[in-house]
Amino acid sequence: MAMPHFTVHQPKTLEQALDLLSRHRSGVKLLAGGTDLLMKMRQAGLKAEHLVSLNRVEGLRTISYRDEDGLVIGGAARLADVGRHPGVAQHYPALAHACSVMATPQIRNMGTVAGNLVNAAPSADTAAPLLAYGASLVAVERGGRRQIKLQDFFRGPGLSVLEPLEIVEAIRVPAPPARCGSAYERLSARSQVDIAAVGVAGLLNLDLEGRVLRCRLALGAVAPTPVRCLEAEQMLEGQAPDEALLMRAGASCVRSCQPIDDVRASAAFRRAMVQVLAQRVLKRCLALAQGGAS
Amino acid sequence: MAKQTIELRVNGDRYEVAVDPWRTLAEVLREELRLTGTKIGCNQGDCGACTVLLDGRSVSSCLTLAVEAHQREITTIEGLAPSPDHLHPLQQAFVQHGAVQCGFCTPGMILAAKHLLENNPQPTEQEIRRGLGGNLCRCTGYNKIVEAVQAAAQELAAGKEG
Ligand SMILES: Cc1cc2nc3c(=O)[nH]c(=O)nc-3n(C[C@H](O)[C@H](O)[C@H](O)COP(=O)(O)OP(=O)(O)OC[C@H]3O[C@@H](n4cnc5c(N)ncnc54)[C@H](O)[C@@H]3O)c2cc1C
Ligand code: FES
Ligand code: FES
Repeated sequence: MAMPHFTVHQPKTLEQALDLLSRHRSGVKLLAGGTDLLMKMRQAGLKAEHLVSLNRVEGLRTISYRDEDGLVIGGAARLADVGRHPGVAQHYPALAHACSVMATPQIRNMGTVAGNLVNAAPSADTAAPLLAYGASLVAVERGGRRQIKLQDFFRGPGLSVLEPLEIVEAIRVPAPPARCGSAYERLSARSQVDIAAVGVAGLLNLDLEGRVLRCRLALGAVAPTPVRCLEAEQMLEGQAPDEALLMRAGASCVRSCQPIDDVRASAAFRRAMVQVLAQRVLKRCLALAQGGAS
Repeated sequence: MAKQTIELRVNGDRYEVAVDPWRTLAEVLREELRLTGTKIGCNQGDCGACTVLLDGRSVSSCLTLAVEAHQREITTIEGLAPSPDHLHPLQQAFVQHGAVQCGFCTPGMILAAKHLLENNPQPTEQEIRRGLGGNLCRCTGYNKIVEAVQAAAQELAAGKEG
């Protein structure tokens, strides 16, 4: 299929980008790395007469971490840069891992975290880690700005609560507390390059006695949207995390998913793998939270 | 929809071209600038044949709009050899180690390897395989490519010391 015809606008400020969006209202799309958008336009018949590129908007690629503010990922920050940012590597290992193994080096050099979320694929690799970390999106519109919890963001495959004239200015991720461990595991056919068939992210935060203060588990590619595993989280919170409990909690994640059969994997395989990966992730989170790395 | 006039900076040369805004960098490099070293395989980001360096980063030029490359530094395979009589150490190593068969994947493979070695000058075998994970080769079986990249890494390191 040939690429449909469009005009490309390259604003230098967020204000200009917002103006362009509202001026062209219908038939306008934001362009970041283009790795999802251009594919959909060329292969799935998605049409837009105007593309507003975010790639020259000043300051939108910024990535910053401070203990007080946590992590701020700019709305055009690219996957590769997020993956190798020292603050991300140190404090958000699950996100760093997702950003450095998903897709291909070339795609990671082009694609953005915001694009990954807004595209809203059930398999979006940054979604499960960011759900586990309790991330929010800062969305701007001409009228103002709002914060959307990632947990409330996805509505279905390719669907989110973002309005057509809103731009994700940044993704904010709270700083992880002390005695906290997190991890992400994914499976796909062609090692990293293929879209994930299953992805599991987890976070464990222990209290001074070593009991689980907070647990977050999130799954990718096994339901219409990335999902949290509330049942498993509740099983663990307040408890002493012994191995048997981790195994049971990991197994319970299977009840949070509604996988389908597709070209990447069967539903049954996905279910089996959710359990295996969730158990692995929980063990790793515990080791990290207890301060014994690896 | 009017053409947009852009400046492409390719391998140190500047070209002013009027392009349709929906055309990809791969198409414009090949069809307008006649730099046909950059290949188009899958045209969907999977195979890496179209890899070029944009501001020093490897990207798939089949998913990059040409207008987005306006005034940014582009390196294609044509820009790698330091002179008509000398190959870049990566090119030399690919030839010496039999890492080129039909050659269709080679330009992209070499640019992906260049990006890898710039970020990680002494990669392990595993890191080389991962770093080239976005490039498909249907001929060589990859082992000779990995050997060539290892050899080039040594050559480049030696060059820096010497
Ligand atoms: C070969 C290949 C392999 C891939 N492998 C993976 C994989 O393993 N895992 C995975 O999760 N994904 C994968 N992808 C999908 C894609 O690369 C990612 O989803 C990427 O993060 C998308 O980011 P982008 O900047 O390219 O988005 P774009 O394509 O530019 O945009 C995607 C959507 O988001 C919107 N958008 C972008 N930025 C903003 C913003 N700041 N505010 C509001 N809306 C915005 C756009 O309008 C568009 O609708 C792959 C893609 C390809 C081509
Ligand atoms: S042609 Fe661009 S990745 Fe295959
Ligand atoms: S040499 Fe033929 S595809 Fe790699």
